[in-house]
Amino acid sequence: MPAAPDFGKELERLEAIVRQLETPDLDLDQALQLFEEGVERLRAARERLTAAQAKVKQVLTDHAGTLRVDDLDG
Amino acid sequence: MGQPLDMFGAVAPDGAWSVSAVNRRARMAIEGSLEPLWVQGEMTGLKVHQNGHWYFTLRDKQSQLRCTMFRDDARRVPAEPAEGMEVLVYGRPSIYEKRGDFQVTVSRLHSTEEGGLFRIAFEKARAALAKEGILDRPRKPLPLYPRWIAVVTSVDGAALRDIMAVAARRWPVAQIAVIGTRVQGEGAADEVVRALRTITQLTKVDVAIVGRGGGSKEDLQVFNEERVARAVAAVPVPVISAVGHETDVTLCDLVADHRAATPSAAAQMATPDREEVMEGLGHLGVRLAHGLSSRVQRMEERAGRTGDKLVTAIERRLEVVGSRLSVASGRLDALSPLGVLGRGFAVPRDATGRVLRRAADFRAGERFDLRVVDGTVKARVEN
Repeated sequence: MPAAPDFGKELERLEAIVRQLETPDLDLDQALQLFEEGVERLRAARERLTAAQAKVKQVLTDHAGTLRVDDLDG
Repeated sequence: MGQPLDMFGAVAPDGAWSVSAVNRRARMAIEGSLEPLWVQGEMTGLKVHQNGHWYFTLRDKQSQLRCTMFRDDARRVPAEPAEGMEVLVYGRPSIYEKRGDFQVTVSRLHSTEEGGLFRIAFEKARAALAKEGILDRPRKPLPLYPRWIAVVTSVDGAALRDIMAVAARRWPVAQIAVIGTRVQGEGAADEVVRALRTITQLTKVDVAIVGRGGGSKEDLQVFNEERVARAVAAVPVPVISAVGHETDVTLCDLVADHRAATPSAAAQMATPDREEVMEGLGHLGVRLAHGLSSRVQRMEERAGRTGDKLVTAIERRLEVVGSRLSVASGRLDALSPLGVLGRGFAVPRDATGRVLRRAADFRAGERFDLRVVDGTVKARVEN
């Protein structure tokens, strides 16, 4: 089973970035870095959401009890 | 068996029958002339032998009838009938040769009472689960953003189609792992139990749906099996029970972490709505932009206070024409750095890409790049 993006973690990181960026005594360099990271992450997250296409797999067990994951209907 | 009935043909002592021969003959005669039949009567004296066979007597006001039900048939009966319960049995009249007992070998047994044996089985199992604390154990919360959703149901059923449709619409980010099982009939409960155990091996799964579409009371029986309920409780990730039914709660519902009235509703519970998540991202983008712009603003204010000419000059330059575009417009495309740059912010960097953020970073005459919304402007620090 392939790994899928963990949106929970991604959003947590974004929240953290935003909170940090909202801290008054942040220097500009850091602010820009955070901003750029945040923007990049936001864009990636948005792209993933837009492009996401649900995949359905069927889990099969062979005689030896080994699991196999196939595409459903093919 | 086609022989004429001549059980009592031997009347002379020297032609006496053996006991076994009489019983065998009687058995053949009875089996040859009486087809399997339905009998209704009152259940009494049920004994469950340790080998699993059932022995009991049916009676009415006048008579009694001994019955035997073999293990494989008895196992299919949801619960042991109570003493005095009115039951219907289907079986073959015969003679147990060893004892010479007339009896019916029963293959099916139903209660004639409402809910009947299913009700008894349900209450018994519920009591057992309650006693072990399985019914009131803490429930596992659902993941907010599931990645893999395991679905235990029939591969051909409407339930799976509904779940797939709802999940694909709401949260296509998640992948669905279908563990197909039969959901009714002989052996279905064992398949569901196996499928539920399989989830343990699928370590990426973060939520599971088990269920089927609506059906008759008997169709839903699998989800009232005690061993299915135990298997549901043993799944390491949160389980949503989705057994289509109108009024009755199944054991599975009672044990699962969450209960949905239909498979579609289960898919909805298991997934966030992509549109809402998208909206949330938009809000984060706005906050990001605000965070940066207020930071830049503070720098400008400080520059104004200190009267640092160079900083003031640079910061003025940072604030290019577009700065008046409203931050509050809400249409801010904060998802791209270009979005903020488009509002008038610019980022100065030296030849190595390092952000120039202090006056001291700028040396008179030195060239630097000013990143603005539609490209990079070559700039030079004036004397």
